[in-house]
Amino acid sequence: MKAAPFAYHRPDSVDEAVDALAGGDAKVLAGGQSLVPVLAMRLGRPGTLVDITRLPGLDDLEVYGGVLRIGAAVRQRTVERSEAVRAVPLIGRAMPFVGHRELRSRGTVCGSLAHADPAAELPAVAACLDATVVLRGPRGTRQVPARELVVGAMTTSAGPDELITEVRFPAAASGDGFGFAEIARRHGDYALAGVAVHVRRGGGATLAAFGVSDRPVVRDVTALLEDDPTEAGLRPSTDAMADEIVDTAGDAHGSRGYRARLLGVLAARELVRAHREAHQEAHA
Amino acid sequence: MTWTPARDEDAALVSGAGRFVDDLDPLPGTLVAAIVRSPHPHARIRGVDLARARAHPGVAAVIGPEEIGAAVRPFPLSTSTPMPYLPSAVDTARYVGEPVAVVVAGDRYVAEDAAELVEVDYEPLDVVVDTRAALEPGAVLLHPEAGTNVATDRTFSFGPIDDAFARADHVVHGEYTFPRYSSVPMECYGVVAQWRDESEGPAVECWANFHGPFTMVPVAAGSLGVPVSRFRLHVPADIGGSFGIKSGIYPYVVLMALASKHAGRPVRWTEDRTEHLLASSSGAGRAMAFSAAVSRDGAVEALRVDLVDDVGAYLRPPEPSTLYRCFGNITGAYDVPAVAIRARAAVTNRAPTGLNRGFGGQQLYFGLERLMDAVAARTGLDVAEVRRRNLVRAFPHRTPTGGLYDSGDYPAALDLLLAEGGYDELRTRQESARTEGAYYGVGLALVVDPSGTNIGYVGLATPASERKPGRDKSGSTEIVRASVDLQGVVTVLLGSVPQGQGHATVARRVAARRLGLPVEQVRAVVDMDTASTPWTVTSGSYSSRFAPLVTSAVVAAVDRLAETVRAGASVLLGVDPAGLELADGSVRDPSSGASCLFRHAAGVVHWDPGSLPEGAPARLATEGEFVPPEAVAATAEDTINSSLCYGFVAEMVGVRIDPDTLLVTLDRVATVHDAGTVLDPVLIEGQVLGALVHGLGGAAYEEFRYSPAGQPTSATFLDYLCPTSAETAFELVSDHVSSPSPLTPLGAKGCGEGSSMSLPVAYANAVADALAPAGVTIDSLPLHGEVVHQLLRGDVSWR
Repeated sequence: MKAAPFAYHRPDSVDEAVDALAGGDAKVLAGGQSLVPVLAMRLGRPGTLVDITRLPGLDDLEVYGGVLRIGAAVRQRTVERSEAVRAVPLIGRAMPFVGHRELRSRGTVCGSLAHADPAAELPAVAACLDATVVLRGPRGTRQVPARELVVGAMTTSAGPDELITEVRFPAAASGDGFGFAEIARRHGDYALAGVAVHVRRGGGATLAAFGVSDRPVVRDVTALLEDDPTEAGLRPSTDAMADEIVDTAGDAHGSRGYRARLLGVLAARELVRAHREAHQEAHA
Repeated sequence: MTWTPARDEDAALVSGAGRFVDDLDPLPGTLVAAIVRSPHPHARIRGVDLARARAHPGVAAVIGPEEIGAAVRPFPLSTSTPMPYLPSAVDTARYVGEPVAVVVAGDRYVAEDAAELVEVDYEPLDVVVDTRAALEPGAVLLHPEAGTNVATDRTFSFGPIDDAFARADHVVHGEYTFPRYSSVPMECYGVVAQWRDESEGPAVECWANFHGPFTMVPVAAGSLGVPVSRFRLHVPADIGGSFGIKSGIYPYVVLMALASKHAGRPVRWTEDRTEHLLASSSGAGRAMAFSAAVSRDGAVEALRVDLVDDVGAYLRPPEPSTLYRCFGNITGAYDVPAVAIRARAAVTNRAPTGLNRGFGGQQLYFGLERLMDAVAARTGLDVAEVRRRNLVRAFPHRTPTGGLYDSGDYPAALDLLLAEGGYDELRTRQESARTEGAYYGVGLALVVDPSGTNIGYVGLATPASERKPGRDKSGSTEIVRASVDLQGVVTVLLGSVPQGQGHATVARRVAARRLGLPVEQVRAVVDMDTASTPWTVTSGSYSSRFAPLVTSAVVAAVDRLAETVRAGASVLLGVDPAGLELADGSVRDPSSGASCLFRHAAGVVHWDPGSLPEGAPARLATEGEFVPPEAVAATAEDTINSSLCYGFVAEMVGVRIDPDTLLVTLDRVATVHDAGTVLDPVLIEGQVLGALVHGLGGAAYEEFRYSPAGQPTSATFLDYLCPTSAETAFELVSDHVSSPSPLTPLGAKGCGEGSSMSLPVAYANAVADALAPAGVTIDSLPLHGEVVHQLLRGDVSWR
């Protein structure tokens, strides 16, 4: 369980990092919580690792103009414990489910987006909130909606020579309600099924499902809440939606059918929670 | 803030000062090995090309099937079936992960780089993965020369079986499957080996985190063709857990000794987690059928037991012991006068199996205790009541298979369990859950917990008529050395190869109490060096031997030391040594009240032995052995007292199942243990909790699965799920009854394995009880949301 030989770069600037990525045989090393095991098991053997953890300018964590910006070198645990994250409550709800605390102390938010595990929490949160990912490459800077970043299991639309420099989450507005839940075999495992939910008072509800397809699946669920926003009332619609969304082959931990069952239950429960939260505030 | 460790070992362990195999560098210049393993579950090896690997810079040696086949003899097996087992594949690979070649280099990175250059030409063969399928006529054969996949097949009958079934009011039958799982110790296997060609012949010196059984020492030496006296094994003072799994390390000791011979330098191999999950060891899987002849009032008059163990590709010693370790207690906690047994071990294209905490017990009791629930259902009796009616009540109790239950009070333990565990309260919770459309279940398991294995049971794999006269096996001898220095400090030397249990803590206190010394005046030193530490074939840290056997030998050793100290004191006090008492660090004459310090008495023997009365013992270092007369060989009738002591566990599990998500949650675990005299209440609670969570792993999380094509599908921690602290938040009620063993000087029995045997089936019984309204059948493990989902859909394809 030792990595095959590779070259290691620790550039001093983002431009230098982008240069080092050119050639296509390089991988970005940030928290390393997914990459390093892959290297150790020789499941991947990039020629070069580009370590961005000490790059100036990638450690931004701030709310400005209704947007939470998280730089590529910012650790998940730093975000979890920050004041800034209160602007985006859904991240705070999701973070305890991201691996274990020890992993979050190394892992980065942008790294989780770049890794694009279909069962990961943060890509689903980013998709649910319609976050924006900023990429830097040899042709300059571009912005990609998080919903368009992930194009398949462990696959993104970012080029091999592009670096995610930050992700921008819209801050929550008054009258927003959120829900987040997942079910895994054990605490900290990848989800068998999970949901991130955003309900806006006065109309508008979005659900992102994860662990059930090759990428987060986003649905406008505004109409579901119009009739009977109770768990029992929602279940027929969420079960039907789940059955339509879940297209993973399943495994010994969770078959397609079980994951659909879980998704239907979680979607109903979290929609109720988010709906209640959105409307509680109205009376506060 | 200060912290007082519960055990003498802890301060070093939590401050990074442990002495594990990886901390040792006994032979400077040691090289590092990587192992090339078969990616195929079954393949003929047509050829191997080692040239590129040997030419890789930094590589010292590469050995493959040719070198290994020429130098290593198959390990001696306990059956005569021709299924030769070597430390690596020589002509055929029979499981994924089987070693094929060894690369030795300056570091592990280079060794792994070169390992990728070893070219093996495999011809894939058909596979047999399922235990029952391996028995079918026409099944793919792993060892064609054997003509069968059945490595051992024995039938036994004790008592009036046919008669009991003929007159039974009910015959209750159940078929069950027990999965493979492990213990997953934090530390994996580690070996340092050196081969030396000396004038008297070859010699092997090795360091390994091997904990026995030491029957494997002659097995390993024999395969290398060296006498045991020239095979020197050191075991580090600290082993990072094993729970039985590391008994499977000895083939790697052989492999590394041979690698050292070729490299001309000592070689270290450290198993990584991938290797560990792929190919180290696991408990045996088992397919089994149980039938009970039951009277109208619920009395079990006879049992028929049909066991088929899946031992993987080879009958790796000490297999087929999973079949026989519990032979003497195969009727469990119940007074069943007749039993018939068929015991088979089948080979499959899976990794070899071996010891795993509870060894043989979790498999046995899964069948027996599921069956008792079926008996309850058939007779309409409550699950606690039907068990109570069948309990063994008088001790000592001789089982039909030859077990001698030394002591116990099973009804008292059951009553305590039901009272303290709140059986009635859990039944109330069940009722209200069912009213609300939810699932709640209560499961019981009563198990006899054997400790201090009598190796005589290995004889049972061979029919009595074929066992050679004068070559019987029996016993569970333990030897401990004790000494007293010239300042009166007593040292107890333990060759007990602990895996983290705290042997030194307990042995020290046992010795101190026995000698009337403050604990500070006693040391317990853990050291196993087969060239200097006393050992026997039964040595080792397995089968819960420490409490019944090692502490008994500690008592024997320090009692001899006490005689020496009394002799010294008799000089100082001018009285006869007989009758002198050891207490409070002194030696006292009870008639006069005169006393001298223990250390002064010891000092006399050190400094002035000439003053001792004639014939007085002057043993300043001595050994004490414990050779229990109850551990005798199997009889001609095939009965065996397979363990020295038999403890008891009564366990109860309450589970809640969410009707929407079908997640199974442990609501409460209650457990009552009878381990005879409790030597250390803190350590015993640690063992109980550890054994419970280990059992929970097998019950709900862990399983070594294979695809139908024979590929392991749970060979990383992504798929092989061990319970963590987050999964142990259940309410635990734990208590003890104490029925001291009359067979050990302290009355102690083992207690490290009990709940590993009982929890899996108690959990299954609880899940079955919860789902009873849905009419599903629970006959295997693990049980979790996905399994419940399939069961409720009536789909059994998940198996």
